Amino acid sequence: MRRLLAALAGLALVGALAFWLLTAPQPLEDAAVAQGPGDPAKGARLFHSGGCASCHAGKGAKGDDRLKLGGGAALDTPFGSFQPPNISPGPDGIGGWSLADFDNAMRRGVAPDGRHYYPAFPYTSYARMRPGDVADLFAFLNTLPAVAGKPAEGAIAFPFNIRRGIGLWKRLYLDPAPVVALPAGAPAQLQLGQYLVEGPGHCSECHTPRDQFGGPDKTKWLAGAPDPEGKGRVPNITPGRLGWSAAEIADYLKTGFTPDYDSVGGTMVEVQANMAHLSDADRAAIAAYLKAVPAAK
Amino acid sequence: MLRTVIAATLAAAVILPTAAFAGPIEDRQAIMKGNGRDTKMGGDMLKGAVPFDAAAANKILANYAAAAKAFPNHFPAGSDKGDTEAAPAIWTKPADWKAATAKFQKDTATAVALKPTDAASFGKAFGMVTANCKSCHEGFRIKKG
Repeated sequence: MRRLLAALAGLALVGALAFWLLTAPQPLEDAAVAQGPGDPAKGARLFHSGGCASCHAGKGAKGDDRLKLGGGAALDTPFGSFQPPNISPGPDGIGGWSLADFDNAMRRGVAPDGRHYYPAFPYTSYARMRPGDVADLFAFLNTLPAVAGKPAEGAIAFPFNIRRGIGLWKRLYLDPAPVVALPAGAPAQLQLGQYLVEGPGHCSECHTPRDQFGGPDKTKWLAGAPDPEGKGRVPNITPGRLGWSAAEIADYLKTGFTPDYDSVGGTMVEVQANMAHLSDADRAAIAAYLKAVPAAK
Repeated sequence: MLRTVIAATLAAAVILPTAAFAGPIEDRQAIMKGNGRDTKMGGDMLKGAVPFDAAAANKILANYAAAAKAFPNHFPAGSDKGDTEAAPAIWTKPADWKAATAKFQKDTATAVALKPTDAASFGKAFGMVTANCKSCHEGFRIKKG
């Protein structure tokens, strides 16, 4: 009996050790970290394509208030309420961060203190960003006004409130490889579109359905999903459902009007406001990619 | 038995009128369909797909103003149920809803008063009105498809 107990205790210890090792944060290797200094003028494009303001600026903020990134409205999901933090360049935000800190947050989902971020922060997509773009974005964020105050942390349900467990989740889902296999020698425009959509634009975070563990179901890439906040549906934007021409897709992202002059609605209103800041060339590239992804019904 | 009869009678009483007459959901959808047609016509004019026509342009703005006036009357209590994309927020946040519909009415009235005579002035009036599409659909419409 005593021997059995000892064996069980030993097993539990091995299990706990395995959990600890498997869930350890995996920061970028030194050689892979983005090198500064970034170019803030180029970073503005990443800021808009990444939609930072949609979550980190105040709810309903317009104009210059969208550059005050003190933390916005909480994202209410079945896993709990996720509160976007202050990412303004002040002491309550990312003021004291190095570029390596920022890069590890963006591409590995690891905070400067080593904790895992919840994937409500879409680092699964940002992981596909080029290091130079991460450096430019960091330089741009550092030109924005500092905002005082830290929003209260969100309320996450058990077992998702155990942040260490996200380490396991990352082993399953954090993969910087491109999702759609483009043909060799694909046009530069198509490659740019893939980068913007799968990387900074993080379109799939809402438009791709999630499996039971909350990871993207890549077999249904961009095929539409229930709204993450539980209201309505996010549409299928593959050629299987979206019958718009590339020019019509690009025009929608610029103006917010569909080809038959219905208007953008819901959380896409924020996204479209960001997309309107991009160049015509970037919007055309996004449209070209959306015309090229596998059609899903 | 009695219960079945009562249930059937109730069901008939509820279903029949909505089947025979258009309800508030159909009425408000018809108004929005009209807005869509007008916006397509105006957008085509501004894009140069069709030539600018001052009379048609002013008619579009007048239609918007009439639609803005009538639209809020078609959301009685209970019409949140059924084949509708109207968000619950219309009924749960009545002050916000009132502010949004009031802004739509104010902007459409201002646009009519501008009496545009060319594409540039029409574009200004048109843009003022159509900014309301997004801002209102952001919180008060839930796409189902």
